[in-house]
Amino acid sequence: MNWYSLIFGTLSWSQLPQNPIAWFGACCVLLGGLVVLGIITYNKFWTRLWKEWLTSVDPKRIGVMYLVVAAIMLARGGVDALLMRAQQATSVGDSQGILTAQHFQEIFSAHGSIMIFFVAMGFMFGLINLILPLQIGARDVAFPFLNSLSFWLFAAGAVLVNVSLVLGDFSAAGWLAYPPLSELAYSPTVGVDYWLWSLQISGIGSLLSGVNFLVTIVRMRCKGMTYMKMPMFVWSVFGAMWLVVVSFPILTVTLALLALDRTAGMHFFTAGFGGNMMMYVNLIWAWGHPEVYILILPAFGIFSEVVPVFSGKKLAGYTSMVLSIMAIVALSFLVWLHHFFTMGAGADVNAFFGIMTAVIAIPTGVKIFNWIFTMYKGRIRFTTPMLWFMGFVVLFTLGGIAGVVMAEPPADYQLHNSLFLVAHFHTMIVSGVLFGYFAGLTYWFPKIFGFRLDERLGRRAFWFWLFGFILAFGPLYVLGLMGATRRIDHYAAATGWQGWFIIAAIGAVLIACGFITQIMQLVHSIKCRNDRRDTTGDPWNGRTLEWSVVSPAPFYNFATLPVVEQRDPFWYSKGSQLLKQETYEDIVMPKNTSAGLIIAGFVFLCAFGIVWHMWLLVGIALLGAIITVLVRVFSEETEYVVTASEVERIERMHTI
Amino acid sequence: MNGIMNDMKKDSTTVFGFWVYLMTDFVLFASLFAVYAVLHANTFGGVGGKDIFNAPFVLIETIILLTSSFTTGLALLAAKAGKKWWVLILLLATAALGAAFVSLEFSEFSTLVLEGHRWTQSGFLSAYFTLVGTHGLHVLIGLLWMVALMIAIIRHGLTQPNMRKLLLFSLFWHFLDIIWIFIFTLVYLFGLL
Repeated sequence: MNWYSLIFGTLSWSQLPQNPIAWFGACCVLLGGLVVLGIITYNKFWTRLWKEWLTSVDPKRIGVMYLVVAAIMLARGGVDALLMRAQQATSVGDSQGILTAQHFQEIFSAHGSIMIFFVAMGFMFGLINLILPLQIGARDVAFPFLNSLSFWLFAAGAVLVNVSLVLGDFSAAGWLAYPPLSELAYSPTVGVDYWLWSLQISGIGSLLSGVNFLVTIVRMRCKGMTYMKMPMFVWSVFGAMWLVVVSFPILTVTLALLALDRTAGMHFFTAGFGGNMMMYVNLIWAWGHPEVYILILPAFGIFSEVVPVFSGKKLAGYTSMVLSIMAIVALSFLVWLHHFFTMGAGADVNAFFGIMTAVIAIPTGVKIFNWIFTMYKGRIRFTTPMLWFMGFVVLFTLGGIAGVVMAEPPADYQLHNSLFLVAHFHTMIVSGVLFGYFAGLTYWFPKIFGFRLDERLGRRAFWFWLFGFILAFGPLYVLGLMGATRRIDHYAAATGWQGWFIIAAIGAVLIACGFITQIMQLVHSIKCRNDRRDTTGDPWNGRTLEWSVVSPAPFYNFATLPVVEQRDPFWYSKGSQLLKQETYEDIVMPKNTSAGLIIAGFVFLCAFGIVWHMWLLVGIALLGAIITVLVRVFSEETEYVVTASEVERIERMHTI
Repeated sequence: MNGIMNDMKKDSTTVFGFWVYLMTDFVLFASLFAVYAVLHANTFGGVGGKDIFNAPFVLIETIILLTSSFTTGLALLAAKAGKKWWVLILLLATAALGAAFVSLEFSEFSTLVLEGHRWTQSGFLSAYFTLVGTHGLHVLIGLLWMVALMIAIIRHGLTQPNMRKLLLFSLFWHFLDIIWIFIFTLVYLFGLL
C-alpha cells in the first residue's frame, strides 16, 4: 500500500461526473451550498446560527432543523422523481429517453432511499421533536444531548447522499439494494457503499432517537397524565418508537453485514461461498415492514389531533384508537414475508403471512371509522389541515384496499414487482404519511413560529398535490394491471403504455407545482407574518397542553409544570378561569453543546473514508469520535439555571 | 430546583434509558445469532465448527469473563459502601480479566487466520467471525469505558455522576456476559456436538 492509496484510497479525478445531467446535479449541490454559505456570511448570521441553532439541544430548534433538512431532501428526491417520469414518458420504441439505463437506475435508487430515510423519517422526527414534549407537559426530552446527536447523525447521512452526486456514483441496486446485485461482483463502484453508509449513519441516529422518545414518554409525562390520558399523537409516537427500538437494530446488522461482504470480502449474501442472499431479503424486510408503520403511525396520530379540533368534538373511540395502534405495532412484525411471496417459501408460509397482512386492515379500518365518527355531527372547519385529512382518508382507503388485494398470495404472484405495487405503496406513503405530516406542520406551525401559515396558498398547494397525486399514480395502477413492471427504463411502443406514462408525468409536474406553492406559502407567510400572528397561544381552539402556553413556545416550554386530570386537559380548563401562576421558580435547563455536531462530523468523515477506502482518514476520524464521546460523557457542567425572575420576565413579556 | 427532572428521577431515567439501549443491543445480537444459525452449515467445503473449536480454550475464556462479572459486582458493592480504593482495585481486576479475554479471543482469531481459515473462506466463517467479533468489540468498548471511569473516580471520587456511570457500566458488563453464555452454548457447544 503506497502513501497515495493510504490517504486518498480509490479516489481519483475520474470519479467526477461523466454525463451532462450528472454534471448539472453536481453543480446544483455545489452552487446551492455556496449560495447558502454566502447568504449566511453576508447577513453575518454565523455566530447566531452556531449559538442558537447548530449547538442547540432545545427539541423545538432541533425539530425545525430536521424539517429544513427534510424539505431540502424532498426537493432532491422530487427532482429524481421528475427525471424518472420524464424518462418513462419518452423512452419508448426507437427513443431512448433522456437518461442512460445506468443513470436511471441510480436515480430510482436514490429517490426511494432519500424519500424514506431523509424525507419521511426527517419530517417525522422533526414534528415529534417540535410537539411531543409540549403535549406531555415536559420541558425537554429525557436525553437532550442524545437528541442533538441523533439529529446530526441524520444530517451527516443526508450530506453523504449528496456527496455522491459530486464524487463517484450512487447505488443502482434499488432502494433496498438486494444482493447479489448489490455485492461487489455486480456493483463494483462506490455507489452501494454510499448507500450503505448514509443509511447506516442516519439509521443509528434514528435508533438513538427511538430510545430517547420512548424513555421520554414513559418517564417525563406531567403529573396526572396517565397512559390513558395521553393525547393520541403521543400514543402513536409511543407505538412508533417501540417499533424503532425493536426493528432498527436489525437494519444496523443487515447493512453492516452487506458492508462486510463488500469491504472485507465476507460471504453473508454472496451468490457463492455459502452465502445466502434470501437471508438479506428476510432481514431487510424484518426491519422494512415495521419501518412503514413507524412512518404511518405518527401520521395517524396527527390526524387524531387535527380531526377533533376542527370538528369541535372529542375524538371518538379513544380506547379503540389506542388498541388499534398497539395491534398494528404487534402485527407489523408478523407480515414481512408479504414483500416476497414469490420467493417460494411454500403455500403454508405464504398463507400465514397473507392472512396476517389482511388482518392489519382491521385496526386501520377502526381508525378510519373513528375519524369519520369524530366528524359526524361536528362543527367542521375546513382549514388546510382538515383538507389534507379529507384527501388522505379517500386515497389512503383506496390504497389500503389495493394492499389487501396484494395480500392474497395468488394475486400477488401477478402483481409482484409491477407498477400496481409502486402505485400502492406511493398511495400509502404520499397520501398517508406525507399528507399527514403536511397537516401536522400546518397545524403546529403557529406554536413554533408564532404565526399561522397562509391559508389561501395552503389550499392551493393541497389541490395541486391531490390532483397531481391522482394523475401521477392512478395510471400506474392501470399500467401495473397491464403488465408494466417497475424500474423499466425502456419499453416497446406496441405495449400501448406511453399515453398512461405521459399522464403520470403530468401528474408529477402538478405535484412539483404543489411543492413550489408550499415554498411560496412559507415565504409569503414569513413576509406577512404580522397579519397572522398568534397572540393567544391557541389559534385553532385546541384541546391539548401545547396550546396552553404562548406562541412561540418559550424554550423551557412551561413556567410551571402542568397537572392533568383528564383527557384534552386544555379544552376542559377553558370554561373555568385558570389562575395565572404568580410565583415563579428557578428552572434548570441543559446547556447547548457542540459535541453532537462534532461527533457526527467525525462519523461522517469515517463513513466517507470507508466508502473510498481511505484508511488513514477512517482511523483519525474514529479516534476523534471516540475522544469527543468520552469528553462529553465525562463533562460535569452540562446544565444551567434560569432564575425565577428571568422566567417571570419572559412570561410577562408575552402576557402583555 | 425544578429542572426538566429532579436529580433522583434523572438518575433512574438514565438507568431506564440504558436498559432500553441494552434491549436494542439484544435485538442486534439476536439478528447476528439468526444469521449464524442460517449460515452455520454453509462451510463451502472448508472447515466447520467441529474442526476449529477448542473446548478447553473456550471454557477458560468463559471462566475469565464470568469472573470479571463477579468482580464488577463486588466493585458496585464497594462503591455503595463508599470505599473508593476498593472500587478502583476491583475495576482494575475487571479490566485485567477483560483484557485477558480479549487477548485470548484475538489469539484464537489469529490462529485461525494463520491456518488459512479466514472469514473470506465461507459463509460459516464470515458469520462466526462477525458474531464472536461483535461481542469482542463490545468487550473492547467496555475496557475503554472502564479506563475512563477509573480516571474519573480517581479525579472526582465516588460522586453521584460517577456512581451512576459505574452502575451503567456494570449493567453493560453483565449484559456482555449473558451474550457470551449464548455464544458459548449456541456457537461452541452446539458446534462441537
